Amino acid sequence: MIAAFLAADVNVAQNVGFYIMAAAMLMGAFRVVTSDNVVHAALWLVVVLGGVAAQYILAAAEFVAVSQVLVYIGAVMVLFLFGIMLTRAQLGVEPELNNDGWAIGIPVALLMFAMLAWVLIDEYRGQVITDLSGERIATSTQRLSDGYLGDFLVPLIALSFVLLAAAIGSIVLARKD
Amino acid sequence: MLAVNFLLLSAALFCIGVFGVIARKNAVMVLMSVELILNSVNLNLIAFSLMNDDIDGQVFALFVVAVAAAEVGVGLGMVLMVYRNRRSISLDELSEMKG
Repeated sequence: MIAAFLAADVNVAQNVGFYIMAAAMLMGAFRVVTSDNVVHAALWLVVVLGGVAAQYILAAAEFVAVSQVLVYIGAVMVLFLFGIMLTRAQLGVEPELNNDGWAIGIPVALLMFAMLAWVLIDEYRGQVITDLSGERIATSTQRLSDGYLGDFLVPLIALSFVLLAAAIGSIVLARKD
Repeated sequence: MLAVNFLLLSAALFCIGVFGVIARKNAVMVLMSVELILNSVNLNLIAFSLMNDDIDGQVFALFVVAVAAAEVGVGLGMVLMVYRNRRSISLDELSEMKG
């Protein structure tokens, strides 16, 4: 892994950016699941979602990155904050956020990560992603829209019905009557 | 860029999200952990799209974003309804359907 890292075809600036953002994302994710304050957890989730958007840009997926910022940081976080405000009498530290058997989650998560890491390192050890050519990156949004409105047009229409059903369903659920 | 970087990062996010789903009692916090899991899956899709120089991964990532938005809308609607009926969104108190 070190040898591949030091190979000449690895982009150093890209790797430095990746590790800085990965550290911020992992700390944010850790705080989301351990924070005692629901609002703070929601705000740490913004760090994770923004980091994911930055990783998308690093992976040459600008359109998905902008969609991530619009949908998650813009819309979903507002929904979460409204959900917190509408379901809680007082804001602030709440000690009873975890289940009684919350500690069982630690070995489950660690075992799952160990297994995933073993498989991934075994399969992709030393494999370097070759940088896309500038022409491929410049046409990525065009190819994305070709995929959306070409091969995946029927799933796109089906997805719009899913969104319509979700909107109607949540209005019906949340309506006072 | 090493291929395993993206995949290990998304595996770590996934496992943190699974821990949150198991450990948290507040229903809104469980939904946040589910968002972590969905984002790790999206990161995987984008990474494989980059590795294979194929745009289909990005198309699938956008589908997942849309489905996640729908899921959060319906999920928070259900949480609000439960809160209105029970004055609580602690998941361990919702045991009426226990056999």
